[in-house]
Amino acid sequence: MAKPCVGYLFSYEIFSKNHQSTYLRSEWEFISMADELLRLNGIYKSFAGVRALQGVDLTIERGKINCLVGENGCGKSTLIKIIAGVYKRDAGEIIINGKEYEDLHPIDAIREGIQVIYQDFSLFPNLTVAENIALNEELANGRRLVSWRNVNRIAKDALAKVEVDIPLKARVEEMSVANKQLIAIAKALRQNAQLIIMDEPTSALTEREVSTLFSVIRRLQKQHGIAFLFVSHKLNEVLEISEKMIVMRNGRVVSSGDRSEYDNARLIFEMTGRRITEKSYDFTPDLNQPPLLRVEGLSAEKVLNDIQFELRRGEIVGVTGLLGSGRTQLALALFGMLPTDNGRVYIDEEEVVITSPQDAIQHGIGYVPEDRLTEGLFLEQSISNNVVVRIIDRLRNSMGLLQTRQVKEQANYWVEALSIKTSDPELPVKTLSGGNQQRVVLAKWLASKPRLMILNGPTVGVDVGSKEELHEMIKHLAGEGMGILLISDDIPELLQTCNRILLMRRGHISEEILPKETNENELSAKLIEE
Amino acid sequence: MKRLLSRNETLVAITIIGLILLIGLNNPSFFSLGNIFTLLRTSVVTGILAMGVLIVIVSGGIDVSFTAIAVFGLYVAVKLMKAYMPDAPIWVGFVIASVVGLGLGLINAFFIAQFRLPTLIVTLGTLSMFQGFLLFAIGNEIIRAVPPSMKSFARAAIVRIPMTRGTANLHPAILITIAAIIVTWLLLNYTMLGRGIYALGGSREAAERAGFNVTRIQYFIYGFVGLLSGIAGMTFGSLARQANPQDIVGTELNVIAAVVLGGAQLTGGYGTVLGTVLGVILVVIANSSLILIGVPTVWQRVVIGLIILVGTGIPAIQARRKGKRTVGLADI
Repeated sequence: MAKPCVGYLFSYEIFSKNHQSTYLRSEWEFISMADELLRLNGIYKSFAGVRALQGVDLTIERGKINCLVGENGCGKSTLIKIIAGVYKRDAGEIIINGKEYEDLHPIDAIREGIQVIYQDFSLFPNLTVAENIALNEELANGRRLVSWRNVNRIAKDALAKVEVDIPLKARVEEMSVANKQLIAIAKALRQNAQLIIMDEPTSALTEREVSTLFSVIRRLQKQHGIAFLFVSHKLNEVLEISEKMIVMRNGRVVSSGDRSEYDNARLIFEMTGRRITEKSYDFTPDLNQPPLLRVEGLSAEKVLNDIQFELRRGEIVGVTGLLGSGRTQLALALFGMLPTDNGRVYIDEEEVVITSPQDAIQHGIGYVPEDRLTEGLFLEQSISNNVVVRIIDRLRNSMGLLQTRQVKEQANYWVEALSIKTSDPELPVKTLSGGNQQRVVLAKWLASKPRLMILNGPTVGVDVGSKEELHEMIKHLAGEGMGILLISDDIPELLQTCNRILLMRRGHISEEILPKETNENELSAKLIEE
Repeated sequence: MKRLLSRNETLVAITIIGLILLIGLNNPSFFSLGNIFTLLRTSVVTGILAMGVLIVIVSGGIDVSFTAIAVFGLYVAVKLMKAYMPDAPIWVGFVIASVVGLGLGLINAFFIAQFRLPTLIVTLGTLSMFQGFLLFAIGNEIIRAVPPSMKSFARAAIVRIPMTRGTANLHPAILITIAAIIVTWLLLNYTMLGRGIYALGGSREAAERAGFNVTRIQYFIYGFVGLLSGIAGMTFGSLARQANPQDIVGTELNVIAAVVLGGAQLTGGYGTVLGTVLGVILVVIANSSLILIGVPTVWQRVVIGLIILVGTGIPAIQARRKGKRTVGLADI
């Protein structure tokens, strides 16, 4: 076993100056052994010399809802896998239900009632709901033959505990993400779960689905005494559901304690180790210049209704609205991906017709889609290939062949300019974290020097620190004269980044709001009012 | 009702009925008992092979070497019988062919499970290897003088119905196919192993997490395909009364087409025994009966190709439409 590295004690001391560390100690003394479901002492774990966990201490009590927050790469996932027995720790103690485990295997964790629901849910899309719920149990019982009656009984029983109504005979692939999650929970319950660990459970859920999930979680906690460990970086949700907070940074638990001691600002501070203060974006229009983009009466059947607005050089205009308000459709229409029935679009006061992405690109419009993984990037391809894909024509020599040196120069330039964290631009994009992938998408568009960038949810799934850096980058681009249309439902993001916000409702721009004249609460209230 | 209509099996069944009506109304001899028995006899080998291919495809793999395994099993069985036990009963031949098939199938399994190689690459390789080895090391001439037990098996019948011209014979080999169908059906639907095959095809990672022993499942799958192929090969030889090392190989795509038409998806996880049986019937009718309505033999291949394109195209387009609709809903 590797010994804890002495060098890290130094940085630990810095953190212990924060008041919460003392709290951490005293809390342990009060927890009686009987309430303790899981205790980790000084867990260390390295991968090929990179320290992922550096002495994690953690306790989880029975029947409590815990939230584990931290930026990407802080060691959350590694920690979960150590608790689940998937990874072996290098050093430290794991005590589950009062029993110390020298060598924790996945099967031990399951027997002790620890269930992990991964982001992909580990469900079989091609099998029925009933079978998905019952399969693990049947397998664990060493059955060789399938009793369909038994399968249905198990599934019915499990879904009754969750108190949701999901058709047993339907295939899982037909289910929404929210239902898949409930199925995964039902499956976990059948295996005598004491502690359910959920990895980023809300990342693909709508607001209503999140509240259903939360009520299910609360009920299971109350009626069955099940503890939860919620891993997330959505701070507002974390603050809503949790009873106990656990914050990780750089492979350590830097702070933990009762929910009541935390608010948004403190969580951000603990996660990033610095105070993040974003200044709002100031913009004074130069009225002598024509607007960069002017949209008049833009309509598309059922989704867009008489859209009218202007956008000037250097402006960051936010577009917000609930799902279904038409905010994404507006972007798609401007980028030529959604046919419109009516309306005119002017660029520099010259009318343009955009019926395909090619047209839009020709007029200097760039679009960073919401789902960068499927629409914005070639994940298997290298970072540098992704960066130059939009300008590949410009990098050809007279023979029509690609000039590899120029490709490299471009890639290196953008990797540096957007501080994309990678050891080598030739590595595939999928090796990057979410925030860095988003930068590659940006780089790809910036390389082609667009005049108008449409950004759809640019910081979805990006953690707090990177988010701030992306915002700064967006402001910088606007400062250099690019026009930016920022589509988002992240209210703080809109207020901090935009100089104007367009609120959409049922395909129509219902209001124009100036960030200076509103605040978070007012804007969220406006967002949901009918 | 809607569920029934959207099922792939229903679509294939409707196509079969349409085709039968088209052929039968133009040429009533199609409905004669003699013709029906002949059709059944023609589907025997394809039917057995299709069951093996079905479970491979359900598991998310593909096997193209099964025809080489079939002919290998047949040729070795006939050669051994002739050399050492010319008077042995027919089941000895079946046992030899099955054992040989099982062995060759396990070679596939070894490469696939142990080295995690893509199944298409492995079986493309072994297809060539098995046949090459057969021709080079075991024999390349056609054995026409097969053991007497094979000859009498070829003439056997479980039902003999005298007709105006000759008799209509139902060959007992159909029982082998029926047995293969029942075994595969039970296996896929009522054993954990079978559910494991579906699970593996649905998501390999989830199958591993759930505790399925994926390596063992793969050994079983390719071994089972080998075994069925050996049996199919022996059946083919017995019906043809010869062992030709060049036979069977080249019909892989026919069998795979039957399975895919029956609703199995090449991406794995989907496919039923009923669908596959219907797929086999469709392919066999199209292959052997279009001539009854005057479609020349050369055109039959075109028709088969067309059926495959339309038959697999419609469900694919339906699936994509459905997918689009859900995306739209989430978005709006």
